[in-house]
Amino acid sequence: PIRSVSVDLNNDASLLIDIPDALCERDKVKFTVHTKTTLSSFQKPEFSVPRQHEDFIWLHDTLVETEDYAGLIIPPAPPKPDFEGPREKMHKLGEGEATMTKEEYTKMKQELEAEYLAVFKKTVQVHEIFLQRLSSHPILNKDRNFQIFLEYDQDLSVRRKNAKEMFGGFFKNMVKSADEVLISGVKEVDDFFEQEKTFLLDYYSKIKDSTAKAEKMTRSHKNIADDYIRISATLNITMSFVSLQKVEGRVASDQELKLTELLRYYMRDIQAAKDLLYRRARALADYENSNKALDKARLKSKDIPQAEEHQQQCLQKFDKLSESGKKELTSFKGRRVVAFRKNLIEMAELEIKHAKVRSSIQLYYICFIMCTNELQYAWGICKILCEQI
Amino acid sequence: MADAARDPQQDDTGLLELEDGEDLFPEPGPGPALEESGPASLTTEDLSTNANGPKQASLFDDDPDDLFAEATEEVSLDSPDRDVLLSDGPSPAITPMTPPTSVITPRIGHAHDDMFTHSSFDEIEEEDGGDSFDIHISVSDPEKVGDGMNAYMAYKVTTKTSMSLFKLREFSVRRRFSDFLGLHSKLASKYLHIGYIVPPAPEKSIVGMTKVKVGKEDQSSNEFVEKRRSALERYLMRTVKHPILLKDPDVLQFLESSELPRAVSTQALSSAGLLRMVNKAADAVNKMTIKMNESDAWFEEKQQHFENLDVQLRKLHASVESLVLHRKELSMNMASFAKSAAMLGNSEDHTALSRALSQLAEVEEKIDQLQQDQANADFYFLSELLGDYVRLITAVKGVFDQRMKTWQKWQDSQMMLQKKREAEAKLQFNNKPDKLQQAKDEIKELEMKVQQGERDFEQISKTIRKEVGRFEKERVKDFKSTVIQYLETLLQTQQQMIKYWEAFLPEAKAIS
Repeated sequence: PIRSVSVDLNNDASLLIDIPDALCERDKVKFTVHTKTTLSSFQKPEFSVPRQHEDFIWLHDTLVETEDYAGLIIPPAPPKPDFEGPREKMHKLGEGEATMTKEEYTKMKQELEAEYLAVFKKTVQVHEIFLQRLSSHPILNKDRNFQIFLEYDQDLSVRRKNAKEMFGGFFKNMVKSADEVLISGVKEVDDFFEQEKTFLLDYYSKIKDSTAKAEKMTRSHKNIADDYIRISATLNITMSFVSLQKVEGRVASDQELKLTELLRYYMRDIQAAKDLLYRRARALADYENSNKALDKARLKSKDIPQAEEHQQQCLQKFDKLSESGKKELTSFKGRRVVAFRKNLIEMAELEIKHAKVRSSIQLYYICFIMCTNELQYAWGICKILCEQI
Repeated sequence: MADAARDPQQDDTGLLELEDGEDLFPEPGPGPALEESGPASLTTEDLSTNANGPKQASLFDDDPDDLFAEATEEVSLDSPDRDVLLSDGPSPAITPMTPPTSVITPRIGHAHDDMFTHSSFDEIEEEDGGDSFDIHISVSDPEKVGDGMNAYMAYKVTTKTSMSLFKLREFSVRRRFSDFLGLHSKLASKYLHIGYIVPPAPEKSIVGMTKVKVGKEDQSSNEFVEKRRSALERYLMRTVKHPILLKDPDVLQFLESSELPRAVSTQALSSAGLLRMVNKAADAVNKMTIKMNESDAWFEEKQQHFENLDVQLRKLHASVESLVLHRKELSMNMASFAKSAAMLGNSEDHTALSRALSQLAEVEEKIDQLQQDQANADFYFLSELLGDYVRLITAVKGVFDQRMKTWQKWQDSQMMLQKKREAEAKLQFNNKPDKLQQAKDEIKELEMKVQQGERDFEQISKTIRKEVGRFEKERVKDFKSTVIQYLETLLQTQQQMIKYWEAFLPEAKAIS
C-alpha cells in the first residue's frame, strides 16, 4: 500500500512500525500493530500486539494532555472506522433483493463487498500513519505511553478507563471550545506567528470546504459506478464499454479517493497546528496575566516572590512553546508541500495511465464491432486488455 | 449448442460474464448486411467476415477460459437465430399474396392484382438484397411559427435519395409535429391490422410544448426542441427503412408535397392512442372463449422473446436515465470542487504549490465540461435509443395481438357457419323452401367469409414472420451503430482527459 498522505515516514530503522493485518468483527476492528526496533528501551527487537481504535484515541489524548508536548503538533487522531455507508447500502440491497435478478443482486453484492474492503483498507492506513508520525518524531517517539501502546501485550482497556477518570476529557474539551476566538484575539508579538495564524485560519476553512466538495465528487462517481453495475447486470451479453465504465467508476473513485484523502488528512493536520497556536496563545495570555498579577503584588507589597516566580514560569513556558512551535510549523509546511506534490503527481499519472488503457480498449472494441458480428470476441479482447490495468 | 449456459466467471477487474439467453445482439447468422444504417462517421459495412470468426478463435486458443470456442458455436448452422430466418415460411414466389391495398378495398371478395402491389414482397426482398435502398432523411431548422398558445414548431424535412421512387434527388418540406402524428395514424390504420410493425411516432408533451409556445428561450426548452427534432428524424428514418411503408402514398406525400392537409384529432394519433388500440386488441384476446391452440411454436417463442426483451429494455432505460442524472450531478460537483480548489490555491502561501492547485482547479473545470458533454451523449445515444425500442416493442406486441384477433374472427365465422348449417339442416327437415333458399345464400356468404378469414390469418402470420425477421435485423444494426457512435464519444472524452492531465503533470512536478 502506498503511504499516500504523508511521506518520509517509517524509514528510520531504529523504530519501524506497521499494521500488517487487521480483523473486522461486526463494527469492531482489531489491528495488529507490528514493531521492529533496535532501541534498547524495548524488551524485544520485534513484536506484535492487538489494538482497537479506542486504544489509539487513548494514546492520542494522553499525548495532547501532556504538558511537555504543548509546543508540538500532535499528529491528528485517526477517525473512527465508519462502515455505516456500505452497511446501509447492504441493508437496502437485502430489502430490494426480491425485485432484482440474480445477476444484478450478485453484482451489487460484489460491489458492496469491494466498498467494505476499501473502507477497511483506508482505516488501516490512517491508523498506521498515526503511529508512523509518532515514530518519526524525535520527541514523541520517546513517549512512555507510546512505548506501552506498542509493547504492552495485555488489553489496554483498563488503562484507558483509568486515564478517562483521571483527565475526564477536561483539557480536551477546553481546547475545542474557545480556540478560534482566543487565537485571533491575542496581541501577537512575533511576525512569524502572526503570519502563520492568518495563514492557518484561512487555509483551514478553505481546505475544509475543498474536502467536503471532493467527498461529494467521490459519491457521484460511486453512483455512476452503481448505475453501470445495474446496466451490465441487465445486459446478458456484455457490451464491454459498460464494463469499461465500471472500471472507470471504480478507478476514478480510487484517484478521487487519493485527492480526498489527502485533503482530509491535511485538514486534520492543520487543525492540530491550530491547536498548537492555541496553546501558545493561552501561554501568552497566562504570561500577560502573570505580569498584571506581579504589578498588583508590587503595588500591594504582598506575595511578591511568588508572583515573580509565577511570572518567570509563564515566560519560560511561553518561550519554550514559541521556540518549539516555530520548528514544528516550519517542518509542517515542508511536509505538507512534499505530500501534496507526491499525491498530485501520482494522481495525474494514474489518470493518464487509465485514460490511455481505456481508450485503447474502446478503439479495439469499435474496430471489432465493425469488423465482426461477434461481440463475444471483442469482449474477450477487452477482458485480456483490462487485466493489464 | 449455442443454448448451453456459460458459467459466469468472476473477474478481478470486475468485467462481466457472458450469459446466454436474451441478448440484445442476437446473431442474424452468416451473411453480410450491406445496407447503410444511416449516418455514421465510420463505415459499418460488414465484410463477409464470418470466415474470420474461427480464425480469430485460433489466435486465442491459449486462453484457458477459451471463450471463443463457445462463441464459434454461436455461428454454427445449428444457431437458433439462423433457424428463425430460415423458417420464415414458404418462399414468397410460391403462395399468392394478399396485397396491402386490400385494406382499402372492401374485405369481402377476392383481392385483385394491382401494379403497385403486384411485386409485393418478391421484388422488394430482392431490392433489400441489393444496394438500391438509398435514402436519407434529416429533420432540421426548428422554427417557431405564430404566437401564444396557437404557436407551433415547424421543422424542415430534407430527403436525399437516388431512388427512382422520387421525382427529385434532393428536396425539402416544412412539417409540424401534428403532421408526423397524422402520418403515423394513417399508416397504423392501414398496416397494423395486417401484421406490419409500424414505427410509433414520438410522444406528445404538453409541458414541453407549452414552454416553447410561451416563448421561454431557456436551456430546457432548447433541449426539448432538440430532443424532439432528433426523435422525429429517427421516426422518419425507421419508417422509410420499411420497404412497404416507404412506397406508401401517404409517406411519399409527406416527404414530397409542399402542402399537407392539417391532421385533425391528433389525440387518437399519438402513441398513447396507439397504445389504447393495442390494449383493445389485447382485451379482445383475453375475452376469447376459445383459447387459440398455438400450433406454431415459432409464434409462441417469439412472443416470449419480446416479452423478455420488453422487461429488459425498460429496466435498462431506467438505469440509463439514472446514469444521465448522476453524471449531471457529477458535473455539478466537479464544477463546485474546481471553484473550491481555486480558492485553496489562492490561500496557499507556497508559490509553486499554489500555482499547481490553481492548475488542478482548471483541469477539474475542463473535465467537468467533458462530463457534461458525455452526459448528453449518454442521453442522446443510449437513453433515447432504449426509449425508442421500448415503444417499438409495444408495437411488435400489438402486431401479435392483431394476429390473435384475426384468428378469432376466423373462428367466429367458422362457428357462425356451423350454426347456419345446423339451421339449414333443420329447415330442410321441416321443409320450408323460402327460408331454405335464404339459409343457403347465407351459408354461401359465410363459407367465403371463412375462407377469407383463413387466408387473412395465414397472410398475417406470414407477414409477421417477415416483419419480425426484419425488425430483429434492424434492431441489431441500430444498436450496433449507436453503440459505435457512443463508444466514439467515450473515446473522445478519454483522449481529451489524457491531454488535460498531461498538461497538468509538469505543474505538479514543478512543486519544490
